[in-house]
Amino acid sequence: MSYLEYKVARVPSGLSKVLALNWGLVLLVTAVASIGFIVLYSVGGGSWYWAEPQMQRFALGLVVMFAAAMIPIWFWRNVSAAMYGGALVLLLAVDFVGASGGGAQRWIDIGFMRLQPSELMKITLVLMLAAYYDWLPVTKVNRPQWVILPVLIILLPTMLVLKQPDLGTAILLLMGGAMMMFLAGVHWAYFATVFAAAAGLVTAVIKSRGTTWQMIENYQYRRIDTFLDPDTDPLGAGYNITQSKIALGSGGWTGKGFMQGTQARLDFLPEKQTDFIFTILAEEFGLVGGASLLALYMLIIIFCIVSALRMKDRFSALATLGVAATFFLFFAVNMSMVMGMAPVVGVPLPLVSYGGSAMLVLMLAFGIVQSAHVHRPRAQGEGQLFKR
Amino acid sequence: MKRNAQDITLSSRRVSRRGLILGGVQLGIGALVLGRMRYLQVDQADEFLLLAEENRIKVRLIAPERGVIYDRNGIELAGNEQIYRVSMIRQDADDADAVIANLRGLVKLDEEVLQRALREMDRRPHQSVTLADRLTWDELSMISVNVPALSGITPEVGLSRSYPMGPDYAHVIGYVGSVSERDIEDAENPDPLLLTPQFQIGKIGVEQRLEDDLRGRAGAMRVEQNAAGRIMRELGRTESGPGADVQLTIDAGLQNFTQARLGTESASAVVMDVLNGDIVAAVSSPSYDPNMFVSGISVPDYSGLRDNDRRPLHNKIVQGLYPPGSTFKMAVIMAAMEAEVITPDEQIYCGGYINVSNRRFHCWKRGGHGNVDMAKSLRESCDIYYYEMAQRTGIDNIARMARRLGLGIAHDIEMTSISEGLIPDRDWKRTRRGEDWYVGDSLNAAIGQGYVLTSPLQLAVMTARIASGLEVNPRMVRSVGGVARPSGVQGPLDLPRSWLDRARDGMFQVVNAPKGTAGGSKFDLAGMKWAGKTGTSQVRNITTAERAKGVISNEDLPWDRRDHALFVGYGPYENPRYSVSVVVEHGGGGSTVAAPIARDIMLYALNNGMPPLDAYPSRDREKVEGILSDLKLNPAISSRTSGTSEA
Repeated sequence: MSYLEYKVARVPSGLSKVLALNWGLVLLVTAVASIGFIVLYSVGGGSWYWAEPQMQRFALGLVVMFAAAMIPIWFWRNVSAAMYGGALVLLLAVDFVGASGGGAQRWIDIGFMRLQPSELMKITLVLMLAAYYDWLPVTKVNRPQWVILPVLIILLPTMLVLKQPDLGTAILLLMGGAMMMFLAGVHWAYFATVFAAAAGLVTAVIKSRGTTWQMIENYQYRRIDTFLDPDTDPLGAGYNITQSKIALGSGGWTGKGFMQGTQARLDFLPEKQTDFIFTILAEEFGLVGGASLLALYMLIIIFCIVSALRMKDRFSALATLGVAATFFLFFAVNMSMVMGMAPVVGVPLPLVSYGGSAMLVLMLAFGIVQSAHVHRPRAQGEGQLFKR
Repeated sequence: MKRNAQDITLSSRRVSRRGLILGGVQLGIGALVLGRMRYLQVDQADEFLLLAEENRIKVRLIAPERGVIYDRNGIELAGNEQIYRVSMIRQDADDADAVIANLRGLVKLDEEVLQRALREMDRRPHQSVTLADRLTWDELSMISVNVPALSGITPEVGLSRSYPMGPDYAHVIGYVGSVSERDIEDAENPDPLLLTPQFQIGKIGVEQRLEDDLRGRAGAMRVEQNAAGRIMRELGRTESGPGADVQLTIDAGLQNFTQARLGTESASAVVMDVLNGDIVAAVSSPSYDPNMFVSGISVPDYSGLRDNDRRPLHNKIVQGLYPPGSTFKMAVIMAAMEAEVITPDEQIYCGGYINVSNRRFHCWKRGGHGNVDMAKSLRESCDIYYYEMAQRTGIDNIARMARRLGLGIAHDIEMTSISEGLIPDRDWKRTRRGEDWYVGDSLNAAIGQGYVLTSPLQLAVMTARIASGLEVNPRMVRSVGGVARPSGVQGPLDLPRSWLDRARDGMFQVVNAPKGTAGGSKFDLAGMKWAGKTGTSQVRNITTAERAKGVISNEDLPWDRRDHALFVGYGPYENPRYSVSVVVEHGGGGSTVAAPIARDIMLYALNNGMPPLDAYPSRDREKVEGILSDLKLNPAISSRTSGTSEA
């Protein structure tokens, strides 16, 4: 359905947009971020060292979210391709700068923070694919040429990110893109084919180890080894996972109490303010704390899906579901990683891990979800708060 | 585009259906994660609790010994010395304030370091934080004896980088410093060593460029400790692998002499072996003591270095860019011979100036040189001759020749921030400036002014190539971990011998002919003579009005507006071995300031020791003796090198 067919009069305008926001979602996001502040305060040993900058970023993130929500969703659809192109150029730029600087570089310095274009790409890819399927007539979705095009749209940034090399983000992009295609209604058979091919590729990657045509870096192989059997090398690569499991496991039902986690206190845990922050939460607040966070995350997903079901146009629905899917990938991969269910690939815990780029990009994404919610077409009477 | 109703319902239905399917799958995975969480935290809780509470396995990294850096003769330039320090874990102290007060009674604590340590301890009460560094053995024993009164305090022995030659190698070897957050972020797969307290990595120079070789491999000790943090037993140990030793091509004696000879001038000098490209000396002056940076430089010391107008922190060897002035003229005559626009015997008339496209271009000699052939043009450095060559040859040919001689190229030696310099041509000016190339630009370029910019290293490479006729590339590292690096010379230069001979002949006359511009700097060391070329490059415009009144001499100008003095040379003339380049910023004239410095350095190199007085013409000996005896040389090196002035 084209936006021209909207009864724009029934879409809230001006200040009434604020009332039409999905306030439940705003509360959920704030609750999750607050859990992050508490854990970061504890990580800092009872100081604001990590928590304070994180709170500042979240405040900025809220502003970004509200601003994005106020902008009509059809604007976001129209600039999707441009945003995707921009993120692609930035990715190329860091690759280029990194190459000439003599080492890998993943970020661009923009004064008050360092922006990782790969983070930006996670959300712009979702928007790009949503816009693509909005434009493409439904009857053509399963024609091979119209399937290959989005695959290219996904693979281009994935390759660039893989070159950095940042395996975690590359996997997230690939899986996020695949989910978008699934949501858009691409036939099951395509996915089955890709799964079969992927299985073949994995075999090839493992078989190629140590040969001249070795396909991934040595440290990436070591991470796979470590994942498969962390106990083989508890001194080196397996150290993270072993220590992280000890931290989690020793938390028990209710945890050791706020700021009482011994694993975390004694600096057993690596990168405890970023990728492994979940272990601190689980150690200090136990299963209750961990499950609560998981529940909040799942509620965010459910809120997004419910919101998407009420949308009438493909872009809004796909973008909302896509953001939810990407968000899901973030926390599912991170939690699996620290619990030893997936290899350590360097994916932060969304809204909780210390870090600026990921936080701001996620808040922008939720802003766009809110925009879709606010600007959805309404049936007669629906969404009208006051009768005139 | 309007779509039909069926299309719309179909599409929204499919999105909804798939959205619900995906949501269901996500819930399923969420349940799996929850299940795993329950398994770890409830079913296996006892086991993990035991691991966490009773047996804390801790890995302690054993820092490797950093590779030692030697000069070409095996003299140590950068090594490791044992230092003593105390660190504290606040958690383990009964009463932190009392402990620090006790410690203060025993050793002198630096207030600034202490405050920083206290803040660090607030943040990480469980981690070891250094309170005092570089203690004497006596202080350390005092602490060791009083350990019972100092709970939480540990005396430690560590290694620290030291640079016995001090300022001589600040720009070559650089220094190590603490690991910054940025260093960790920049590393692709950070070495866990970077995260250990007190670990230092190379920040600039060879220390930075060869960091991976010098650092070595960390060892690890796996220990089991109880809840109080006391080590119960050692479980396993992998020894550290020391870093690779590095041998430079630098000769410590010559380097020390060159540094001393440049004195307090803002200057730079490079000496190269023309046969294999080895850099035997590379000096940027004034310098600073790299040891200051290892222990953490104080703010006043640092701002003193940073704000000094002779820029001691700037590595002029590869970062200093100067108009080469007349030292560029060899490139111009060879380009002219290649373009076949001149024969060595053709005479050009110099009347002191020429007019080209309504502008007047002056020769440095006001009255002119009269008739000038190629040899005379180099010997007396006549500018008019080169203005004519520029018009006949064209800038693109000149630029190509300059690059073949090694100018305008960022020669990759183990230094940081190496500048490329600039050899301008038409293409460059069009793309970078958006302007056309004017003939006046060519004229300025032909005398090494205008847009042309070169570094002292490039000038030494150019001279080495002219002297040897080989394609010389600089090499500063001779071997790493005993493995030799390839020689800097892979083959002959693709230039006919006759052109090179013209340049060499001119350079010989510059130094040895009566009217040569560097006639005052000739020498005769047991029959060995040398050749070279002066250069004086303007850093200001001389206005027509000033020229009419008479150009202001350098002594009457403020320091930073005086001309740069340059000299490039090689020796021995008959059988070239070394090339040298000297640039003295705002030094005045190439012949009076740069040439004598280059002469003394060349003599030291050829004599492999202090220049003997009898190599100088008798009229100069008294003056030279005064200069040489005033030099502050490092006695540790001079005693090792053989030749002194007893000859």
